[in-house]
Amino acid sequence: MSALLPPAEQVWWKQPLDRVELIWIVIALIWCLIMFFMMPYWHIYGKQNLSNEAYRARPEEYAKKAEDMIAKYKVREEGGDLKVPVVHPPAGSDVYLIARLWSWSPMLELEAGKSYRIHLMSMDWLHGFSLQPENINIQVHPGYEHVVTVTPGSPGTYSIICNEYCGINHHTMTSRLYVVK
Amino acid sequence: MAVNRMFRTCPASGLLFHEPAEKLMRFHAVAAVVSLLIGGILAIGVVLTRWQAIHLLPPDLFYQVLTAHGLNMLVFWIIFFEMAVLYFAGSTLLRSRLATPRIAWAAFWLMVIGALVNNYSVFRGDSSVMFTSYAPMGAHPTFYLGLILFAVGALVSCFVFLGTLVVARAERTYRGSIPLVTFGALTACIIAIFTIAAGAIILIPTFFWSVGLIDHIDSLMYKTVWWAFGHSSQQINVAAHVSVWYAVAAIVFGAKPMSEKVSRGAFLLYIFFLQLASAHHLLVDPGLTSNWKIFNTSYAMYLAVLASMVHGLTVPGAIEVAQREKGHNQGLFTWLRRAPWGNPVFSAMFISLIGFGFLGGISGVMMGTEQLNMIIHNTIYVPGHFHATVVVGTTLAFMGLTYFLIPVLFRREVMFPGMAKWQPYVFGLGMSAVSLFLMGAGTLGVPRRHWDISFAGNPFPYEFPGAAWLMMALAGISGLIAIVGGGMYLLITVGSVFLGKKIVTPGFQHVRARENVAAIPAAAPVITSHGSIGAGGMVAPGTFVLAMVFLAAFVLYYFINWKYLSTVWPLK
Repeated sequence: MSALLPPAEQVWWKQPLDRVELIWIVIALIWCLIMFFMMPYWHIYGKQNLSNEAYRARPEEYAKKAEDMIAKYKVREEGGDLKVPVVHPPAGSDVYLIARLWSWSPMLELEAGKSYRIHLMSMDWLHGFSLQPENINIQVHPGYEHVVTVTPGSPGTYSIICNEYCGINHHTMTSRLYVVK
Repeated sequence: MAVNRMFRTCPASGLLFHEPAEKLMRFHAVAAVVSLLIGGILAIGVVLTRWQAIHLLPPDLFYQVLTAHGLNMLVFWIIFFEMAVLYFAGSTLLRSRLATPRIAWAAFWLMVIGALVNNYSVFRGDSSVMFTSYAPMGAHPTFYLGLILFAVGALVSCFVFLGTLVVARAERTYRGSIPLVTFGALTACIIAIFTIAAGAIILIPTFFWSVGLIDHIDSLMYKTVWWAFGHSSQQINVAAHVSVWYAVAAIVFGAKPMSEKVSRGAFLLYIFFLQLASAHHLLVDPGLTSNWKIFNTSYAMYLAVLASMVHGLTVPGAIEVAQREKGHNQGLFTWLRRAPWGNPVFSAMFISLIGFGFLGGISGVMMGTEQLNMIIHNTIYVPGHFHATVVVGTTLAFMGLTYFLIPVLFRREVMFPGMAKWQPYVFGLGMSAVSLFLMGAGTLGVPRRHWDISFAGNPFPYEFPGAAWLMMALAGISGLIAIVGGGMYLLITVGSVFLGKKIVTPGFQHVRARENVAAIPAAAPVITSHGSIGAGGMVAPGTFVLAMVFLAAFVLYYFINWKYLSTVWPLK
C-alpha cells in the first residue's frame, strides 16, 4: 500500500522516469500548447470572436439611447397587447438591445450579410443573450454596455431566449430576431 | 491539558487510528451522507421537471429545489466528506495524533450550523438564487450567513489538518516524505484555503449588502470573485478524488506510484495553476480583455490540464504494473480483465477515472476555450459537464472509498454485498448517460436552469428541434437510473453503519502510544526496475494504449467543436 506510505526511497526525486510516463508527458504537453495557441490563432484567422469593447453605463442613459433608436427605426409592433416595437436599423449602425426582467426590447429586423454593432446591457439583474438556433450565447450585465459586431447569416426568424437564471419568470423572457434579404 | 494518545490498529488493513480523529471522521462521513440524501431527494424533483413529458413541479418550487440540490450536493456533501479525507490522510496515514481535536469539533459543528442555516434560507422560499447567487439578485441574509459559517468551519478544519502534519513531523511518526495520498490531500487543503479566502472576500460584503449596510455590489466584480470561490472549490474536489484514486489503487492492488516525482509534480501543477479557473465562467462577459481570458482560462497554457492527463496515466499505470507483477503479464489488457470488477471499491474508482477523463475532462476543456464557450455558455451542456466531473468523478470515487471505510472505520460489515457489487455500475453508468444527453441537448441550445423549454403560453415561443426534446427525455430516464444507484448507496451505507453486523476483534482496545514514539512504518520494498514486465520497453503498455485512445477522442472532439463554431454568424 505504498501510495499510503512514505516513499521507500528517501531521495525519490532521483528515481528515473519510465518510458511510458515520459512519452505521455511530452505528448500531453504538446497537445496542451496546441490548444493554447488555438485561441490567439482564432482571434487572427477565425470569424467568431467577442469584442473587447465595453463601457460602463447607467441604465437610464442606456435606455434613452435605445428609445431614440426605436423612435427612429420602428417599422411595426408585435405581440398583441404587449406592443413590442420592431426596428429595422440601417446596416452598419449601432443597435441597442435592452434586457430587463423579463423581456427584451426592441425586436430586431436585420439584413442578411450586413454588419451591425449590437449593444447589450441589462437594466437590473444578470441576463443571458442566447440566439437560437444559431446557439450564440453572451452574458448580459447591468451597468456594462457590451458592443458586439454581428453579421447575420441566412434569412429567417430567429429566437432570443434568456439563459441566465433571473428569477421566477426567467423562462418567459424570450424575443425574436428577424433576418431579411 | 492531557493529550489523548489513544490509538487502535485496524486488524483488516493495519491502519492506525487515533481515537478522536476516528470519531471526527465518522461524524463528517455521516454529515456528508445526510447531505447526499437531501440532495438526492431534491434531484428527483429536478429530473422529473426538466423531463418535459412529466414536468412535475411548478416554476417557483422548481427553482427552489434546484438551488437546494446544488448547494447540498456541491457544497455540503462533498466538503464534509473531504474533511474526513483530510483527517484520514493526516492522522491515520501519518500514524499521528490529530492536532487540537477540540477545535476540530468546533469546526465541525460550525459547518453543521452553516449547512442548516443555509438550507433554512432556501426552504423559506425567498432565496431561490441558485448555487451561484449572482448579485444583484439577492437572497435572504441567512443564505450568505450559512455559507460563511460553513466556510469558516471548513477553513478551521484545514488548519487542523496542517497542524496535524506539523505534529506528525515534530513527533517523528514517519520517516522521509509524507505519503503520496497525504501529499494530494495537502494539495486539496492548500487549494481549499485559497478558495475559502476568495469566498470570504465576496460573501462577506454580499452579506452586508443583503442586510442593507452596503448599497451596491457590482455584478461583474461579484461574478469574477465568486468564481474564484465557486470554481476553485471544484478543484479541491479534483485534488481530493485523485488522491482517493491513488489510495484505492494502493488498497486494492498494493500499487506503488509509477514515479513519486511525476505524481507529486502533477499535484504541484494543480497548486500553481488550478486557481485561474474562475475565468472559465467569464468568457462571454463584457469588460474583460481577451488576453486575460486566454491566459486564465487555459490555466497558463493548460498546465493544470497537463497535470490531470498525467494522473490519468499514472493511476491506471500503477495498477497495471502491480497486476503485471502479480503475474497478469500476458497481452495488453489481461491485467484489466483480471481486475476485481465485483469489488465496489475498485469498480467505483475505475468508472470515476474513465468518466472524469473522457466525459468531464474533455468537455471541460471545450467550455474553457475562449471562443468555443460562445456556443456552450449557460446551455445545459454545462450541467452535463459537471455531472461528469463532480458526480461521476468525485462522488463516485468517494462512494468507492466508503465501501472500504465501512469495515475499517465504522467496524461494521457491509450490508447487502450483492447490491454493493452493482451499485457503482448503476450509479456511474446512469450518471454518465445523464452527462452525455445533457451535453447533446446543450449543443442544440437548450438552456440550463430553465423551467419550461416548451415556452407554453409565451407570445414569442421558440421551438427546439425534436432531437433536443429526445435528449432531455433520455437524460430524464438516465437521471432516474442514477437516482436509483444513489439510493442503493444510501441504503447500503446507512444500513451498514447503523444496523450492520459489528466486526468484533478479540482483544480489541485502544492502546496508549508512548509520547514521541516513532511508530515507524514498514518501508515499502525498494523497486528500482520493474523487471521483465510489460511490452515495447514500457512497463504499462495497456495504459499507454488507453491514453492514446483518450487523446484521439480529445483531439477529434476538440476540432469538431471548432468546425461547429465556424458555421455560426460572424462576430467581432
